Amino acid sequence: MRNIGTVIKKEFARFFGDKRLLFTSCIMPGLMIYVIYSIMGGAISTMINCDADYVPQAYVAYMPDSVRNFFEGEGVILESVAPSDAEAIISRIADKDADICVVFPEKFERETADYDVLAANGKPAPNVEVYYNSSSPPSSDMYGKVMAALDGYEKSIANKFDVNRPEGEAGGGYDLATDKDVSGRVLSSVLPLLLIIFLYSGCLAIAPESIAGEKERGTIATLLVTPIKRSELAIGKIISITVIALLCGLSSSLGTLLSMPKLLGAGGTGELGIQAFYAPRDYALLVIVILSTILVIISLISLTSAYAKTVREASLIASPLMLAVMLAGVSGMFGTESRAAYYLIPIYNSVHSMRGILAFDYLPLNAATTALSNLGYALAGGFALARMFDSERIVFTR
Amino acid sequence: MKEFLVVDNLSKTFKLSAKQRKIEKTESKRKVAVNGLSFSAREGEIFGLLGPNGAGKTTTLRILATLIKPDSGDAFLNGKSILENPGEIRRKIGFLTSELKLEEFFTPNYLFNFFSALHGIEPERRDRRRKELFGIFGIDDFAEVKVSAMSSGMKQKTSLAISVVHDPGFIIFDEPTNGLDVLTARVVTDFLAALKAEGKTVILSTHIFSLVEKLCDRVGVIIDGEMMRCGALAEVKAGRDMEDVFFDIYREKKGEIA
Ligand SMILES: Nc1ncnc2c1ncn2[C@@H]1O[C@H](COP(=O)(O)OP(=O)(O)O)[C@@H](O)[C@H]1O
Ligand SMILES: [Mg+2]
Repeated sequence: MRNIGTVIKKEFARFFGDKRLLFTSCIMPGLMIYVIYSIMGGAISTMINCDADYVPQAYVAYMPDSVRNFFEGEGVILESVAPSDAEAIISRIADKDADICVVFPEKFERETADYDVLAANGKPAPNVEVYYNSSSPPSSDMYGKVMAALDGYEKSIANKFDVNRPEGEAGGGYDLATDKDVSGRVLSSVLPLLLIIFLYSGCLAIAPESIAGEKERGTIATLLVTPIKRSELAIGKIISITVIALLCGLSSSLGTLLSMPKLLGAGGTGELGIQAFYAPRDYALLVIVILSTILVIISLISLTSAYAKTVREASLIASPLMLAVMLAGVSGMFGTESRAAYYLIPIYNSVHSMRGILAFDYLPLNAATTALSNLGYALAGGFALARMFDSERIVFTR
Repeated sequence: MKEFLVVDNLSKTFKLSAKQRKIEKTESKRKVAVNGLSFSAREGEIFGLLGPNGAGKTTTLRILATLIKPDSGDAFLNGKSILENPGEIRRKIGFLTSELKLEEFFTPNYLFNFFSALHGIEPERRDRRRKELFGIFGIDDFAEVKVSAMSSGMKQKTSLAISVVHDPGFIIFDEPTNGLDVLTARVVTDFLAALKAEGKTVILSTHIFSLVEKLCDRVGVIIDGEMMRCGALAEVKAGRDMEDVFFDIYREKKGEIA
């Protein structure tokens, strides 16, 4: 047990002590993702808001005078309409013909002035309804600004009204997006495959060096004449490679997360973007799928590295393997097959699951199948690796 | 004197890949590297395994160091089977060859600590041992220099120091002076003599006759994986030159010298 720790410490000292290795395998992928996605996001957003002087179709009913200043402060110009027209506008928002519609209670100012939180006794505060469509960038943009304005106003009068109260008239249905798909589809179409590529090349920067490299340079034999057990060495290697690869995966994921707002928020919904989109469960599943995928990729490349005599040979074998991985990834990208059995195919299942989660279209069972089967493959790979370390080939080959 | 190491009928055959067959210029898919090898070494003595290239010396020593397993036969260190207790055996032996390399990224200090940890040596004993060994090999000035930046002689000395961190009683040394410059070679042979003076048992392999004559108490002549002659140095030499004796044995086994 202690030997495993000693090996892990050594592997970490090797990796984290080497600034160049650390940069190329861990930091650069995250940075690259961030830059690429940000540029892509920028390109997409200019594609969507092609004309810079787009005038938002924004409407308001029963606009109170006291609120007007706050809207102007945020640069929000709303066209006043008769309350009876609101219905029609709301359906136009759903069709993305209009961007936003704010409906105040008729006697907003008096109601808020009369409202006393302590004396209210459960009587709800006045509710302001803000109808928008999150799948339309200008609408999301306006929504952000309107919320900021209302927020400012609300603070000035000590929380005497609500905005978009869930049990209000619309029953929570203020967001009129019928498909969040728009942005989700953008993400789900670029993210999974890129992520696989980065994870694969991240692992490729670590595992062959650590396993085939030690074989090639004859340092593994030096280790094996100490009392350490070969299985201990194998386990120590797997654990350290896994941790390092996870860190690199984290870097890639961080790059992705940080660039998501740019990718999604075509037009400045910025901070709102992601939170409004994915539920915590989606994130958790995404992370689990990614982690299980890293484990599969690691065991693949580790086995290759243990088989190969040199780092060069390991990368040589890994390139056709990469092709196979890409193939599985691409078919996962376009495959429409959603029968559970297909989620047993490694890489295909990862890409398919990630795509589904990002596009809000997945069965939890399939994501679970993906994670569990990947875990199974990784475990089997670990055992196979320990066996390979036990063979003579790991020490001296000709 | 006590027989410290008993080698009993060791055999090892390698499967040859197509590439290896080409290199070895043979049609045969198998290569018998060690063939029924038996000998013994005594406590406090230096045993020399003498043989030409390809005789099976390295293979034999790797088996003794538990790096590879024999197809048949066994060896006993102090009565303990190396097949049954490989971990325990490795605790007691030091194995050195020029093919065992140190990771170039690290410094002698780091590697010394690392290998000490693998041998389960407490920091206090480790530091005492480091002072002693780094002194013998003149590593002190290089203790914080990465192996990659050292000369090959310095690397060899560092390897030497690290292979005996645990102060083993039994040292296996494959071609100890191969590829070393004369100065480093001298340091190595002096170290071997010093080990013997400390009462350690050493087994070394070589194809250099003078090394055997200078250092060894006993010698085994190995050709084609078979032990041709084995005994005390004086006995085997019988008053003649080691080189002449060797070529007599060689002719006896292979006919004329190719
Ligand atoms: N891993 C291996 N695979 C195939 N053949 C090997 C292997 N190791 C050694 N041999 C062969 O076994 C024979 C003995 O090799 P070795 O023990 O290295 O001899 P020596 O050390 O005496 O020069 C040689 O013919 C060599 O080619
Ligand atoms: Mg040899």
